[in-house]
Amino acid sequence: MHSDNRSPLALKLAAFGGLFFLLAPIALIFLYAFSTEEKSFQWPPPGYTLKWIGVTLGRADVWEAMALSVKVAAISTILALILGTLTAAAVARSKFFGRETISLLVILPIALPGIITGISLRSAFSLLDIPFSTWTIVLGHATFCIVIVYNNAVARFRRTSGALIDAAMDLGADGVQTFRLVILPNIATALLAGGMLAFALSFDEVIVTTFTAGNQTTLPIWMLEELVRPRQRPVTNVVAMAVVLVTVLPILAAYYLTKDGEHTAGSDK
Amino acid sequence: MSDLSSNAALFAPRSGPLARAVDWIIRHPRMFVFLLVLPITLWLGIVYIGALIALLIQSFFSIDEFSGVVVHEFTLKTYGELLRPYNLDIILRTVAMAASVTIAAAILAFPIAYFAARYAKGKWKALFYVGVMLPLWSSYLVKVYAWKLVLAKEGILNWIFAKLHLTWLLDGFLSLPVIGGNSLSVSYIGTFLVFLYIWLPYMIIPVQAALERVSKDLTEAASDLGATPRQNFRMVLLPLALPGVVAGSIFTFSLTLGDYIVPQIVGNSRLFIGQAVYTQQGTAGNIPLAAAFTVVPIVIMGIYLWGARKMGAFDAL
Amino acid sequence: MTDAVTFQGVSRHFGPVKAVDAVDLSIRDGEFFAMLGPSGSGKTTCLRLIAGFEQPTAGHIAIFGERAEGVPPYLRNVNTVFQNYALFPHMNVRENVAFGLRVKGVGKAERHRAAEEALELVELGGYGHRRAGELSGGQRQRVALARALINKPRVVLLDEPLGALDLKLREQMQEELRKLQRALGLTFVFVTHDQDEALSMADRVAVFAEGKIQQIGTSEDIYRCPNTRFVADFVGSSNVLPADLAGVGRAGQWASLRPEDVVLDPAGREATVTGRFFHGRVTKLSLDLAGQSLTALIPAREDTPDVGEAARISWDPARVHLMEREA
Repeated sequence: MHSDNRSPLALKLAAFGGLFFLLAPIALIFLYAFSTEEKSFQWPPPGYTLKWIGVTLGRADVWEAMALSVKVAAISTILALILGTLTAAAVARSKFFGRETISLLVILPIALPGIITGISLRSAFSLLDIPFSTWTIVLGHATFCIVIVYNNAVARFRRTSGALIDAAMDLGADGVQTFRLVILPNIATALLAGGMLAFALSFDEVIVTTFTAGNQTTLPIWMLEELVRPRQRPVTNVVAMAVVLVTVLPILAAYYLTKDGEHTAGSDK
Repeated sequence: MSDLSSNAALFAPRSGPLARAVDWIIRHPRMFVFLLVLPITLWLGIVYIGALIALLIQSFFSIDEFSGVVVHEFTLKTYGELLRPYNLDIILRTVAMAASVTIAAAILAFPIAYFAARYAKGKWKALFYVGVMLPLWSSYLVKVYAWKLVLAKEGILNWIFAKLHLTWLLDGFLSLPVIGGNSLSVSYIGTFLVFLYIWLPYMIIPVQAALERVSKDLTEAASDLGATPRQNFRMVLLPLALPGVVAGSIFTFSLTLGDYIVPQIVGNSRLFIGQAVYTQQGTAGNIPLAAAFTVVPIVIMGIYLWGARKMGAFDAL
Repeated sequence: MTDAVTFQGVSRHFGPVKAVDAVDLSIRDGEFFAMLGPSGSGKTTCLRLIAGFEQPTAGHIAIFGERAEGVPPYLRNVNTVFQNYALFPHMNVRENVAFGLRVKGVGKAERHRAAEEALELVELGGYGHRRAGELSGGQRQRVALARALINKPRVVLLDEPLGALDLKLREQMQEELRKLQRALGLTFVFVTHDQDEALSMADRVAVFAEGKIQQIGTSEDIYRCPNTRFVADFVGSSNVLPADLAGVGRAGQWASLRPEDVVLDPAGREATVTGRFFHGRVTKLSLDLAGQSLTALIPAREDTPDVGEAARISWDPARVHLMEREA
């Protein structure tokens, strides 16, 4: 609508204002991690120190919570990768009875509020007398991680021309060779990206986890307790910063992976 | 060329159990698809849907008021309880909050998405991408925590208002009935701001995806046919971006409906659906009522998803 | 001699859609065979049945006399040049061409040497290290051809291989394909919706419509003596007339008359000109003859009447072909 490529000033202001709204609170986290103030959220911080980083690194409860979160996220990601990829292959490659239902089923765990997933799993566990364990947390996490992998994989499968698979088989590659030599190299980056996002999602999840963890403490649950009843603000500040870093790095990596994939995975059209 | 290839028209089947199994699968494509979708069907269809149904069934049980034990008999008593004014208030409050967050998110998201889709190039595009993805994927609790820092009495927002000598404005705002409160962190305004912040990226991404798909030819064709920029926006761009807005609203609406942590940390003591579910199943021990409460977002989201599907919003996800 | 490919009552149904419906067909060893038809006529499905991507719902397929139903594509010594080439984007040209040998377990040095030879055959020697994305459409087409030929298949299938090329390149590739096929002595099965391409390249043509073969024959046969109204119309846009009006056969039968066989003749019958289009070598006249619309192609050197004027026309009855079926 504008023949030149310059945007109207009002649009520019609104866009950058919105971006500021999105990023400023996160920047604040980084500042507070170095604040010398212990008892309140005083702004501007009265002084800056590296002391709390050391204190946090020495805290066993933080490390234990972190270890549990990593373990849960790793297992959930692997499960989600397997289930999500298989489903994406079926949905993207063929039309079958129930295909619509399955694509709806996959997005249901994130389309419905997390509290519903949480409470229904919890009541199912109690009905079936299943004790809380790492696996009960994983069960919940994998359920909503599947859709992340699925979305990435289905998009790549759709972009990867079906003729490539035909071509491989036509040239004499059997099913296993076709998968190894043609399908996998074409979807690998999408799976890696989906896996990283799933990991970040699981690492961060709290709503479902409160229902499926029993008295185990993942890092988000540790933080939630601090939010409800602040006891050690400086340590919480540092943990918050660490969590941002742990989740952001895979996301940036995933971005670069999928960005390149757009050029290599398409058909030759 | 190679002389290794045989001159036969058909080659002998490969041997080995794996090769034979794969050959068999390829000759039976339906079986192949069945095997592909079997794991997900078992996982989501049985574990997840099974748990959901079990929960829903419990909403038709009731709790014995004296002993506090769940009575396993079909009754609509619990739903009657759900419609009591106190509980009805909770539902209306939550739906109103979800609706206002969704509308505000759509309004705020559009310029960001539009700018990023249409004008941002090169490093600016990357900045916008990271600027949206960073808060999207940053820890939910960290984001809530950040707003606790922002909204605290001694925090940055009050400080800015004080520095600008606008404290009177903030106080005036807080003294408004219903949405006001003692301070930002215990008012509906505070709750609303945090919800808006947390779910905004979920709106930006599908809207941007929808806008990216609107080819420049279309808006050029519209202006060629005499549409003013305003008409172009209203008659071409907005309708084409609408599925993206609807897709985004699925997230903002649903996530607000079910959240119980934000209003617990930033807000007054009036409950939202999520909190009601949490307390009913936890401290109150009234699973049937908790289950009945969860039916509300399920029904609302069911209608919402059905409508969204009609509008083709799923393609914009 | 055994035929390269035979179909016996082959059908392929997708639910209620009869993509291929009871087709009988035999393709001779070493011939250049074209399957011609509009989109959705079943020609591509037939090609996919030969390749093994589709399995017949009913009927029998044999490749050099061997029963092929149920045999997966990778066990058929048949290779395909795909419509959009389907070159593997994650491999360079050499790896693409050598793919067929790689999956057969041929060593790296050997298969790279063979790939280079195959590339030379299609005049792309030295392009092995390029990515498919760096090549022009015509070059990709040649890579796809080299890739299909490296396995020394008994039958080469070509699915609209020239569809994405511009006119000049198309004509050049048509000639080269024909030469290559003669030189290698292989059976080529070629799918196209372009009747010029089919007529000029193929030894024999099968015309498809609605999942059935309407007619099989040499290019001349198909053009001169169309069996059905559909063939007459689709191949060279013939005039289809009631036989009695055309001056042959009896009422109720239909006849085909090629537009170039209609001539201006002062002693002929009177028709009205309803349209006149100058095409360079010829002028195309749309005519109305006793309520029947008719097209004539008149050499441009002749004077032609203008729209609204009368034209006197005739034709040699020997040029009129009486069709077997009305459909």
